[in-house]
Amino acid sequence: MTVQPEWPLYEIFVRGKRGLNHVHVGSLHAADDEMALRHARDVYTRRNEGVSIWAVRADLIVASSPDEKDPLFAPAGDKVYRHPTFYAIPDDVPHM
Amino acid sequence: MTDTVQADRQADFERTIERHDRIEPRDWMPEKYRATVVRQVAQHAHSEIIGMQPEGNWLTRAPSLRRKAILLAKVQDEAGHGLYLYSACETLGVTRGELTQKLIDGRQKYSSIFNYPALSYADVGTIGWLVDGAAICNQVPLCRTSYGPYGRAMIRICKEESFHQRQGFELLMTMMSGTDEQRAMVQESVDRFWWPALMMFGPPDAESPNTAQSMAWGIKRDTNDDLRQKFVDMSVPQARALGVTLPDPDLAWNEERGHHDFGQPDWHEFAAVVAGSGPCNAQRIAHRKRAHDEGAWVREAATAFAAKEA
Repeated sequence: MTVQPEWPLYEIFVRGKRGLNHVHVGSLHAADDEMALRHARDVYTRRNEGVSIWAVRADLIVASSPDEKDPLFAPAGDKVYRHPTFYAIPDDVPHM
Repeated sequence: MTDTVQADRQADFERTIERHDRIEPRDWMPEKYRATVVRQVAQHAHSEIIGMQPEGNWLTRAPSLRRKAILLAKVQDEAGHGLYLYSACETLGVTRGELTQKLIDGRQKYSSIFNYPALSYADVGTIGWLVDGAAICNQVPLCRTSYGPYGRAMIRICKEESFHQRQGFELLMTMMSGTDEQRAMVQESVDRFWWPALMMFGPPDAESPNTAQSMAWGIKRDTNDDLRQKFVDMSVPQARALGVTLPDPDLAWNEERGHHDFGQPDWHEFAAVVAGSGPCNAQRIAHRKRAHDEGAWVREAATAFAAKEA
């Protein structure tokens, strides 16, 4: 058997219904963009799971690295005043 | 990498596992954890793909258009399940081509159950009821496995697997309400599949070398024997509803334990089937290899077309 180069990897995102975001559902290999969409339909929407599909070449995705999680996300950690629960409001003040 | 960085990463990993949180693809993980997940997910993926064969043989022989449409949908699902799992496995740095090659070379295993033949149409029902039933028992706890992509694939699979079990049970119920001959076919099929279905949970805990580490890492959530017990307890009332006898003279309700007592499968047979001498091992791999080889021109043509369009 000849070892063939792998087809590119695509990440697949499906919009479950109108009004919802596309959500990542998994990945697949395809020779080109059109085949990626066709395979995504067969693999990820056999039971009406979606009304729209995005297929994105995995090598085109820019991602943060787990090693950077401290410098990247720590600044948000100490800003408790960004949350509504930071502010004490008397119980008898309505609609707030 | 300095020793401190390495120690920090190890500690991070262990804390994540202790919190029952998930490990994600780009996180640092011990090499042995990675290898264990690859082994388990690959074996699982291969089982889905090889699992298409026993029932696939009946697609052209289905007794009605309704049964044929159901069986087609089911076999197509198994292909889909294999693909979800291969893509989960690939997030650990192995390639699809490598996995396929290892299956064909016999370097990675698949579930021993698929080395038994489907001899009658009743087997399509029994496979759905008992084999997919046992698979569900195994798979539901795996939705909470510690490796994120594996758990997410399992959630999708479990949702779809329920149809597989129910269509099988309904098929058997239909046959049981038919002629004496049909009822005998169902019983004969259950007699053949009961013990191999119990073997699907793997060897007894005392002889399962990987279980302790896999449970400590949260890859497995229950032991083989616990899952087997759960399956037996679930199946007994189902068999009663169906009107079939489970072929185990030791099967009895144990009031004290609150579970059924049951006999042991023939573990020598299990070892022999895993080692490659089951009734269909050679045929299953030969078929998979032929399908892969005969599909080569399609893959080559698609690659050439993509290159031309680019």
